[in-house]
Amino acid sequence: MPVTKASVWKALAPRNMDLGPKDTVKVFTHSRLSKGSDDIAWLVLDRANESTNTLSEAVMAELDTALADVEGMGAKGLVIRSAKKGGFIAGADIRDFKGVTEAGEVETRMRRAHEIVDRLAALSIPTVAVIHGHCLGGGLEIVLPCKFRIAVGDAKLGFPEIRLGLHPGLGGTFRLPALIDPVEAMTMMLTGKTVHAKKAKALGLVDAVVEERHVKNAVRAAVAGKMKTDRGNWKSGVFGLSPARQIAARQMRTEAEKHAPKKHYPAPYRLIDLWEEHGGDAKAMQRAEITSFSELLASETAQNLIRVFFLHERLKGTAKGESGIRHVHVIGSGTMGGDIAAWCASHGLHVTLTDLDRNAIAKAIGRAAEFYDKKLHSGIERRDALDRLIPDFDGSGVAKADLVIEAVAEKADVKRKVFDAIAPKMKKDAILATNTSSIPLEVLREGLACPDRLVGLHFFNPVAKMELVEVVAHDRASQTALDRAHAFCSAIERLPAAVKSAPGFLVNRALTPYLTEAFVMLDEGTPKETIDRAAEDFGMPMGPIELGDRVGLDIGLEVVRMLKDKLDDPIPDIPAWLAKKVENGETGRKAGKGLYAYDDKGKPKKASDAPAPSAEMPDRLVLPMLNTCVRCLREGIVKDEDTLDGAMIFATGFAPFRGGPMHYARSRGVADIQETLKRLEQKHGPRFAPDKGWEALGGET
Amino acid sequence: MAQAPKSGAKAKSPARAAKASAARKTTAGRSRTAGRTEASSGRPVYLVDGARTPFLRARNKPGPFTPVDLAVQCGRPLLTRQPFSPDEFDTVILGCVNVIADEMNPARVATLRLGMGAEMTAFTVQINCGSSMQSIDTAFRTIEAGKADLILAGGTEALSHAPLVLRQQTVEWFGRFATAKTAWKKTAALAGLRPEMAKPVIGLERGLTDPITELNMGQTAEVIGHLFGITRKAADAYALESHQRLARAQNNGFLDGEVIPAVARDGTLYDHDDGVRPDTSMDKLAKLSPVFEKPYGNVTAGNSSQITDGACWTVLASEEAVKKHKLTPLARIVDSEWSALDPSIMGLAPTLCSTEIMKRRVLSCEDIDLWELNEAFAAQVLACLAAWEDEEYCRNVLRLDGVFGRIDRNRLNVDGGAISLGHPVGTSGNRLVLHLVNAMRRLGLKRGIATECIGGGQGGAMLLEVS
Repeated sequence: MPVTKASVWKALAPRNMDLGPKDTVKVFTHSRLSKGSDDIAWLVLDRANESTNTLSEAVMAELDTALADVEGMGAKGLVIRSAKKGGFIAGADIRDFKGVTEAGEVETRMRRAHEIVDRLAALSIPTVAVIHGHCLGGGLEIVLPCKFRIAVGDAKLGFPEIRLGLHPGLGGTFRLPALIDPVEAMTMMLTGKTVHAKKAKALGLVDAVVEERHVKNAVRAAVAGKMKTDRGNWKSGVFGLSPARQIAARQMRTEAEKHAPKKHYPAPYRLIDLWEEHGGDAKAMQRAEITSFSELLASETAQNLIRVFFLHERLKGTAKGESGIRHVHVIGSGTMGGDIAAWCASHGLHVTLTDLDRNAIAKAIGRAAEFYDKKLHSGIERRDALDRLIPDFDGSGVAKADLVIEAVAEKADVKRKVFDAIAPKMKKDAILATNTSSIPLEVLREGLACPDRLVGLHFFNPVAKMELVEVVAHDRASQTALDRAHAFCSAIERLPAAVKSAPGFLVNRALTPYLTEAFVMLDEGTPKETIDRAAEDFGMPMGPIELGDRVGLDIGLEVVRMLKDKLDDPIPDIPAWLAKKVENGETGRKAGKGLYAYDDKGKPKKASDAPAPSAEMPDRLVLPMLNTCVRCLREGIVKDEDTLDGAMIFATGFAPFRGGPMHYARSRGVADIQETLKRLEQKHGPRFAPDKGWEALGGET
Repeated sequence: MAQAPKSGAKAKSPARAAKASAARKTTAGRSRTAGRTEASSGRPVYLVDGARTPFLRARNKPGPFTPVDLAVQCGRPLLTRQPFSPDEFDTVILGCVNVIADEMNPARVATLRLGMGAEMTAFTVQINCGSSMQSIDTAFRTIEAGKADLILAGGTEALSHAPLVLRQQTVEWFGRFATAKTAWKKTAALAGLRPEMAKPVIGLERGLTDPITELNMGQTAEVIGHLFGITRKAADAYALESHQRLARAQNNGFLDGEVIPAVARDGTLYDHDDGVRPDTSMDKLAKLSPVFEKPYGNVTAGNSSQITDGACWTVLASEEAVKKHKLTPLARIVDSEWSALDPSIMGLAPTLCSTEIMKRRVLSCEDIDLWELNEAFAAQVLACLAAWEDEEYCRNVLRLDGVFGRIDRNRLNVDGGAISLGHPVGTSGNRLVLHLVNAMRRLGLKRGIATECIGGGQGGAMLLEVS
């Protein structure tokens, strides 16, 4: 019988990372410089008081000084790497981007930063970037001018700037297409997708992928000129010619239009223009990049998208401490239950998934395997995730779980019955969560021996895409349970938003008038394609008709009925034909037929000849949603406007470039919105009457 | 072949024969603990739980699970339903015969995939069809000796994944080709390639053939069937009943909790032993041709065990572990024995090892309430039963004072066996022990023996008691 079982690997893990010679030459605030007996200098970045390395002005200035030191120290080569466990450099310090309105000021700052990077590019000795973990945006722009890039196995490289309404601004736009196949380079910058080490090697973006234990030898080989490189950039020559770029640029614009319409998202088109015009001339492109980046940064779109970035951080930041949750037991293997279980297992949690229907469990496992094939990068990860996702045919996982998530039918009595059966079997400190989308938790906690451990964890469909989870409190919930629920969301890379228990919570309640107004418009004879177009023109990822089909008309109908019953929100009546449709099984995309008909790939068949929406239509759809948001704020369903904006963006995809519903309302002007609502009220009925909550907002714009 | 007797005592009463000769003479075949006269006096060892996958018939292509996949499939729910954490085991022992190249030491691979912790020791045991009775036995003896308190012992086998093996001459040719240095030499080596070299040997076929006698397992059943006069009809009737018994057990939920559904990564649910043919009949069985010895043999695919994939685990615990984790013992493992004899008559081995235990424990035929005797072949099971009723065999081979006695069919393989369930070789021993315990508990019986013959001429037996 072993005396102790200690994790040997855990004890030795810190020794694994090679940060160069021990004898430091110079210590800076955010980095240190050392040189070993092999005369290779190591500049190790370790930003003070931060868990990740980002590029601030101070960090850049320090880099400049360090480069000057290196020039003077007679080193044979220079290694740049990060001391942070998580990765190399996550990008620019986005805090510096916030609130920028003057393009000219940005331009001055960017020019200075470019000089520093150019200094790195001009170093006469071999420069080697050693990259582990994330190397994004500005981080990638620091490694591009190096002569060699060595990736450690877990490296992820990319230019996510496009998601902030920007394009690379520290030399990326001209250095990346010069290094690798320009079309691949443009694709990386236009999609914002990161590439893993192996792919980066195939692209020629890195010269070698090595294990941590071989970093030192690989660095020496690179400095000695013994590292073979295969950068696959022969196409650069072809695209040095402007006609070739013109053809490619045209295709890129068409592709970009599908994902990010030009009128809402200018950055991709600015990037394509840059490359098309200056692709053959690095110096000209550098100058143009600086100007274009500075203008974009000062634009409303970028500022709103930067706001979205911080809303994301803010929601993430509401999770504090450890959840203490390692085993999750999910009851109900339908779409939601199955997807929640699959998601948790892919994030390292031990998951038992149960259902009364054995086949439903098996199907959920099959769906998870398909999802893992797409999402996970190695056979090992796929196998391990599937091993962690345990079909639980007799529900015995409940006794071992730290968190039990109920995702059974949306009926209070069904859920209560489940609780009665499982609550006595749960561990003493386990949390019981319900994925109800609309039933108040006060109803569900009735009769529970430990109501303090009941919380709502309302996930959105599809779980893998929609980042938000509404964490629902109720009058008897304990703060510990709520804190652990928040921490759990963060552990599985979802965003928790604290909401109060009330019918429909925040998101479904706010979406309801958007959907029902669309049904009214359908009844008035407006073609569904026109209605959806109106919402898409506003910037929604999909229109209300398509959304209804996506959610499932049966579920949507149930939610609307319940909300009409429980709330005095002015929700229009549900048309009789809609209920009939649901009865006939035409429940939407999942049934292959709902308001639209669907092809085998689940794409709606839309008529292309539908008339363009009228100017009033977007307001008719969006303003009732905003009106309900204000009502929810007034009732304290969510704490503040930022939480609300974040929740709506990350649960529904609410036009991100508008910065969220409340931010949009404020930018457009509270008075304007109130007036518009009043006009709509006169024309279409009292459901448009502005909520009295607007009054309180009017004063503080 | 069994040796001739050196002496033969007169029987007093055939029914009491075993008791009369108890603990002095060993059977003519050799037993591992031959000469042990005292029942061991170590700590009590309990079987506290166990579960297996459904046994899935091989269907001419690799099945959905590898050996370790199978062990993970039934191991996860079994571990989930234990009141203790998986890292509280002392060690893991797994029986497996056909280990695949990607899963060397499948016990350890399964242990890690089951999340039992990097620090959990695990080893694989192999004694052909006895492998997972061996894993239980090793666990039993280890706990009994006070060297462990809680052991996970199992067996796994994916016969549908048995590899295609290159012929020896092909391997040699490849060696010459791969080491040929110049292009000319490579060409010369290439010329040595013959079409028949490309034809693979089916590994399973080789595995089921005894290398010493070159007899296929089915042929050994033909041999002992002949020695004890087992007719084709008797074998078919036995096989028919095996299917009917399994079907009844499945329909009445007798296997619930013991068999846990497995789910393949394509979302297919495997929830029962799918080799069962409840609709088979004497007519249908009679139509099958002999498969091992054509055209006059009696052993057919219908009255043989099926080629099958499956895994099984049992949890064994000491008294201390039972108390510490508040476990409910299902049965106590009382004794075990292994015997060996000529490989060509391997099917008779259960008579040797079972009798050996009974002599040691001073038990007679009627003291054993329930038997699980592996159905490698109907003729082989029937030959064992006949041998136990054969005075000459019992006196000369088993060294009893008269016949051992008759084992009634209602005390033997009451819920079917390998003929209807299949025989994933490395898994069967574990299943026999686990099912014996579950069946005894269902039927309110006290004492039972699980026993099996082992390719290569061995047999294993285990005596268990429900308290």
